[in-house]
Amino acid sequence: MRPVVFSWLAWRRRWLNYAATGLSLLAMAFGLFWLLWILWTTFSLGVSGLSLSLFTQMTPPPGVEGGLANAIVGSLLMVGLATLIGTPIGIFSGIYLAEFAQQGWLGELIRFMNDVLLSAPSIIIGLFIYAVYVAYRGHFSGWAGVLALALIVIPVVVRTTENMLRLVPTSLREAAFALGAPRWHMILHVTLRASLAGVITGILLAVARIAGETAPLLFTALSNQYWNTDLDKPMASLPVVIFKFAMSPFEDWSRLAWAGVFLIVIMVLALNIMARVLFRRKTI
Amino acid sequence: MQKQETALTAQICFRDFAFYYGGFHALKNIHLDIYQGVVTAFIGPSGCGKSTLLRTINRMYSLYPGQRAEGHLSIDGEDILGKDVDLNDLRKRVGMVFQKPTPFPMSIYDNIAYGVRLHEHLPRSEMEARVEWALRKAALWDEVKDKLKQDGTSLSGGQQQRLCIARGIAVRPRILLLDEPTSALDPISTLHIEELISELRGEFTIVIVTHNMQQAARVSDYTAYMYLGELVEYNKTDIIFFKPAKKETEDYITGRFG
Repeated sequence: MRPVVFSWLAWRRRWLNYAATGLSLLAMAFGLFWLLWILWTTFSLGVSGLSLSLFTQMTPPPGVEGGLANAIVGSLLMVGLATLIGTPIGIFSGIYLAEFAQQGWLGELIRFMNDVLLSAPSIIIGLFIYAVYVAYRGHFSGWAGVLALALIVIPVVVRTTENMLRLVPTSLREAAFALGAPRWHMILHVTLRASLAGVITGILLAVARIAGETAPLLFTALSNQYWNTDLDKPMASLPVVIFKFAMSPFEDWSRLAWAGVFLIVIMVLALNIMARVLFRRKTI
Repeated sequence: MQKQETALTAQICFRDFAFYYGGFHALKNIHLDIYQGVVTAFIGPSGCGKSTLLRTINRMYSLYPGQRAEGHLSIDGEDILGKDVDLNDLRKRVGMVFQKPTPFPMSIYDNIAYGVRLHEHLPRSEMEARVEWALRKAALWDEVKDKLKQDGTSLSGGQQQRLCIARGIAVRPRILLLDEPTSALDPISTLHIEELISELRGEFTIVIVTHNMQQAARVSDYTAYMYLGELVEYNKTDIIFFKPAKKETEDYITGRFG
């Protein structure tokens, strides 16, 4: 129905609506613009550095042909092990918080500490591992890097696991108890199962996060110019190599750095898409 | 409602029973005998304590610190309020179906088998027979027999609720507690559930909480009317609905109040 009389109120409402929608669109476009630019730059500069030797040769001295094989393997090893160590601890803690300590001071304390850890700058975690592990052992090592990354994984997984478990309605828990299920059985077969997609998403996001972390590796795994799979020795990783190569004046180094950036972005993108797909397929 | 006038055995007995949510005195001085093999309905206005009373029969309240019961409550002569009562075993004997359907995030088959596996180790063929038996009892078999591997959550609301009833009876309890089992369902599904309750009468002792007085009149043999945490009147359903002894009951039944 059109208003018979021209109404200031209706006019005002309509234009306020246009203005608000327009501003939101602008804000979105602004954010998206930089994201697309970043992706485009990474892609255009990174693709030119892609070649077979990237995956087969070691990080070279300046002026020599080379690849990123040692950094790729180092990253895979450290990220993989950190996930393996951090994930179970994170999941169990999340279960404790959501299923056993919904109230009570201990739960509150752990939740608070976890939030602190979650928002701690990663360089602090690197320095912490340097102080308690690297300084103690007397040398940089892959294990130190793994520990630092695991410390970053834990709070992310704790948080998502707890949140996902809390989304499971109480009635589902009661239904399992009403059949005579012990608590551990209920958690394992009902609540954890109901929130599985969310928990896995949390893990994938944690992996994506540590795949790009540089600061915690600088003081722990350091880097290594040579092929190394011994975790007790300094170990190369993609972010640290990128950090070193990108700042150098040498053209071939900077090309390798861009190729490394491209690899990380692709990996993180793939993990995020996987998380998305999982989450859409199975929501509670 | 045909009832054989044989002597009924009191199976669930409340004596001087009281219940507290923290400091709130939710149930006062309950004396009640629930008879074996019949359908007993708890009716009364919201907040009168009928669900609270139901949830004491399988000690559901024990999950929550701060909730406690006092007095005596026994099933088949056995005290169930004691500290050393095996709750998992109690809940095997006393099944429960909730207001909203609560299918587990697993296949229809596993939904039924879940409870059975907790208490019995059956060979595969016997488990299959049990699942079919429970689904047939719950009048769901014909609708799901070709999709037992499908997720339980993929069923409609009414089917989900019958799945929950099947899950409850699959562990072969002696008592079945229904906590407003149809309040989230459409009229057709409600009808299915009510028919089901009539089918299960005799084999199980059924206690049903309902908001719907017509439903209580249709499905139950005995009715307890509760108000403000007290049991006002308890008798055969016909008597409660046609010749209540107390004025309060009559006022509620006739809709003058509530």
